Amino acid sequence: MLRDALLMARKDLRIELASRVALGQILPFGALVLIMFGLAISPDLSVLGADERSVLAQVSPGLFWMAVLFSSLLTLGRSFAIESSDGNLDALKMAGLDPAGVFLGKAGAVIVQLLVLELLLGFGAFVLYDAPLSDVVLLVTALILATTAVTVAGTLYAALASGLKVRDTLVPLLVLPVLAPVLLAATLATEAAVFGSSEDGWSWTMLLGVFALLYLGIGMLSFGPILEES
Amino acid sequence: MDRAISLIDQFPALAGLDLTIEAGEIVLIRGANGAGKSTLLRLCAGLAPLNGGAGRVLGYDLSNRDQRRRLRREVGLLAHETFLYDELTVEENLMFWARANRVDPSSVEPVLDRLALSGRLRNIKVARLSAGQRRRTSLAVMVCRRPRLWLLDEPHGGLDQAGRNFVDGLVNHAVGFGATVLIASHDIDRSSVLATRTITLAGGQVQAHRAGADPVLDEPTDDAAEEQLRAP
Repeated sequence: MLRDALLMARKDLRIELASRVALGQILPFGALVLIMFGLAISPDLSVLGADERSVLAQVSPGLFWMAVLFSSLLTLGRSFAIESSDGNLDALKMAGLDPAGVFLGKAGAVIVQLLVLELLLGFGAFVLYDAPLSDVVLLVTALILATTAVTVAGTLYAALASGLKVRDTLVPLLVLPVLAPVLLAATLATEAAVFGSSEDGWSWTMLLGVFALLYLGIGMLSFGPILEES
Repeated sequence: MDRAISLIDQFPALAGLDLTIEAGEIVLIRGANGAGKSTLLRLCAGLAPLNGGAGRVLGYDLSNRDQRRRLRREVGLLAHETFLYDELTVEENLMFWARANRVDPSSVEPVLDRLALSGRLRNIKVARLSAGQRRRTSLAVMVCRRPRLWLLDEPHGGLDQAGRNFVDGLVNHAVGFGATVLIASHDIDRSSVLATRTITLAGGQVQAHRAGADPVLDEPTDDAAEEQLRAP
């Protein structure tokens, strides 16, 4: 299983390096979303008596995760578009690869791409939104676990929709409601890491870990039948 | 196949097909568009569903999901799709599929040579290849797999004369090593030279069997296939 996962992940990352879609299109899209949020919420806006920080800085963790979530939808769609464009899902079935390995490999490649994206978008958010940072360890842990949860759940639904002509519009409709709890926990954990209330942050981060493990287990068990029907 | 039925989007692409093929045969499958040729190949590859009747390929029961999975590893399918990744080079595609199929990667080099892909083509992305070069790359992946059953859908399509001769040589070579070959083709003149038997499909059923090549029969028309479908 791990051999198949590494084979798939290496192949997907090689394709992304060759095509530069992630760097050339998805990263600029994420950056644009951050900028548009910045334009929609004035940096001068503040709530009297609530906090000396601007509203934009206060809501920056949520805006960052929205940008990541929208970008992840594109990354996930792309991950399965390369398999379904020329019948490669059939070829994967004929190769007899372990379905759990295929799932882990595809999810792993998306996680790597999203973590790089988050690093760059995170830097953008600090600059654009003037957000502080108080706990780097908590932030990195929350990023890794939330990204894993987003990716494994998204990979499942992207695989489900991969054989359908309406997949591009269907995947966001299926994935976003499922990821709502992850978005909530990720935002609150990031808020704690950014503004400094680490105790709350670690409990939200643990919840993210539970989500990641839960979706990972479901994905590994159900990917075989999903691949078979796609 | 015994009264095999295969539904594609609720449509009976195969509607009670009876067919027996012996090991080592080269069978040409003829038929109009929509007669069920490609579905028959996909059914034999364990990819299309068997919704009724019975079917056994290389000893594997097509109605059993686990056996269908095991069958897939022993079958090679050359389909309309290339089964290649556009953004990877010819060599990268072959290496990936060799590893995925658990084939020794060192066997890729001789196959690249054999299919005239070892020159500058090996480092070119598949997206930049011509249709014929893609076809040759797909064939190379299939040759690496060393399947027991070769399923070739329009194998001469998009190839030049040298490529067509090469496909014929590959098929004869595979049969020499004990493989069985099914060829679905409209290129009757070319494929009939290879075939030891010709079957004609219409409306998802076998309409006619002929021993050897059968170049004199006219290609069934779409109308004939439609009539066959409407027949009670």
